[in-house]
Amino acid sequence: MKTLLKCHIGIGKKVQGEVLSANDNFSARYDLDRLKGIFSRPQHKLVGKSYVDKILVLNESKGGVASAWMLYEMCARKMAPKAILFNKANTILAQGASLANLTICDRFIDGDITSLLSSGQRVTVDPMNGLVSIL
Amino acid sequence: MELNKEEKAMASGELGEAVKWAINHQIKVGNFFDAKNFVSVSNVHMMIDPESVGIDGVLFLENLVGMGAKVKIPMITDPRGVDLNYYTPLGQTEEMANIERRTIKACTSMGILMTNTCVNYQTIMAPIFGEHVAYGDTGVVIYSNSVCGARSNYEGGPSALAAGLTGRTPRYGLHLEEKRIPTKKFLVKFKPEELTDWGLLGALIGKISGSYWEVPIIEGINHNPKSDELKHFGASMASYGSIPLFHMIGTTPEAKNYSSKFLNRLDDHIITLDDIISLKSQFGKKGDKIDVVVFAAPQLSIFEMQKVAELCIDKSFKVPVIICTSPQVYSDASRMKLIDQIEKTGAKVLEGTCFYNQYAREIGLANGWKRLMSNSAKIVNILGGYGYEPSLSSMENCIASAVAGEIV
Repeated sequence: MKTLLKCHIGIGKKVQGEVLSANDNFSARYDLDRLKGIFSRPQHKLVGKSYVDKILVLNESKGGVASAWMLYEMCARKMAPKAILFNKANTILAQGASLANLTICDRFIDGDITSLLSSGQRVTVDPMNGLVSIL
Repeated sequence: MELNKEEKAMASGELGEAVKWAINHQIKVGNFFDAKNFVSVSNVHMMIDPESVGIDGVLFLENLVGMGAKVKIPMITDPRGVDLNYYTPLGQTEEMANIERRTIKACTSMGILMTNTCVNYQTIMAPIFGEHVAYGDTGVVIYSNSVCGARSNYEGGPSALAAGLTGRTPRYGLHLEEKRIPTKKFLVKFKPEELTDWGLLGALIGKISGSYWEVPIIEGINHNPKSDELKHFGASMASYGSIPLFHMIGTTPEAKNYSSKFLNRLDDHIITLDDIISLKSQFGKKGDKIDVVVFAAPQLSIFEMQKVAELCIDKSFKVPVIICTSPQVYSDASRMKLIDQIEKTGAKVLEGTCFYNQYAREIGLANGWKRLMSNSAKIVNILGGYGYEPSLSSMENCIASAVAGEIV
């Protein structure tokens, strides 16, 4: 199994943490109870799980523009993931991560990141070099 | 990214700290998406509701005001989250209203026009073909790109604000011709009749497309859709699939650029009436009790307001009915006595807001609203995550159900 995964250059600082992974999509507005720090959308594969301080690994970002402000607000309250890894990010999540200085990466050359990483694994995310190391 | 002389001056702080923040934010985003340079934009639309922004976002805005931030180009806003003339009855708090007031004050200090609408293409000024803009509401972006032929990415609030301060945006995504080429083809085998049908059709195409970077092209719509129909269609597609652009053969301006030979290379995704019925069946059934009926997402046009008003004649409702429209339409509807006609029933028209960005979770809890009914496929998609059990039906059926207190 590969322990070093390559992706496009991302945004934010180098972080280390525990993976929370699902083959599902993401919107801060549609899917989260941001006050409690959990996934709240009943149909979401991570419903009821806390995303706070996790390395969140999901397929794509979806839905509306609100997530951009919401990421900033979540980070300011320290109720945010440490990083988000997508197969493909949309513009909103990249813009929100830029304002919030939240670590975000996407476009992994090794394949589907939601298959390559499992919940509970520990990883280091290095967005400036486009690398994720499995510890 | 390649920067010209002015952009270098912006990035170094020669044009002020606010502009320095703005362009450096844009450079980070531009690098993420491999933008080579910037493109000038003519105007900006920003989403900035208080629930999303929060107190920390307000402090960020006030800090920019303190740096002397002023927008360089015309800039307007998406719906507010608090109707300051009607918030206590909804269960909204003074704290929420104060975040709203401070947001408005900061925006107006920067020269932003508080239009408070997500239907600016129907009420303020539709963009023209080929016009590069920076718009920040998914429904606005998909309509402007697809129906008008404008060029915009989804610009979240911070990036829209940055575009207002610099007058430009990184040239990536839908500012590039190659990103506007169809990638998925849909063949529609039924005729959408009501706005809800259009919303459901958009939802299915959005779900199947499933990515911001996919561009659906739609065949089989053999009549001319109306603006409100494409409004619901696009807003729903954007909501379910994060799609910012579609082409519709015979309707949208760029569809004719693609030959049959080119389109034949794409697989057909066929959508039938059964698919629509199946999706709709996930949102409530006859006899289900309801707590509130909402018409919003997108805000209602003057034509929709007229239709609601006609449906309200001689009606009495067992559950609250809430309608959200833009300040521009509200003013006209008031002058034409449509607001009076609607509110005579006890229904309430909110001005310049949209229900789902009005602290939907908190007002649901405050009022005991869980089972929400709407004709908007977009709003029923959003509100599941806010603790609602949404149901979906036509405007006529929503009104009849509000009279009965249950889905009819």
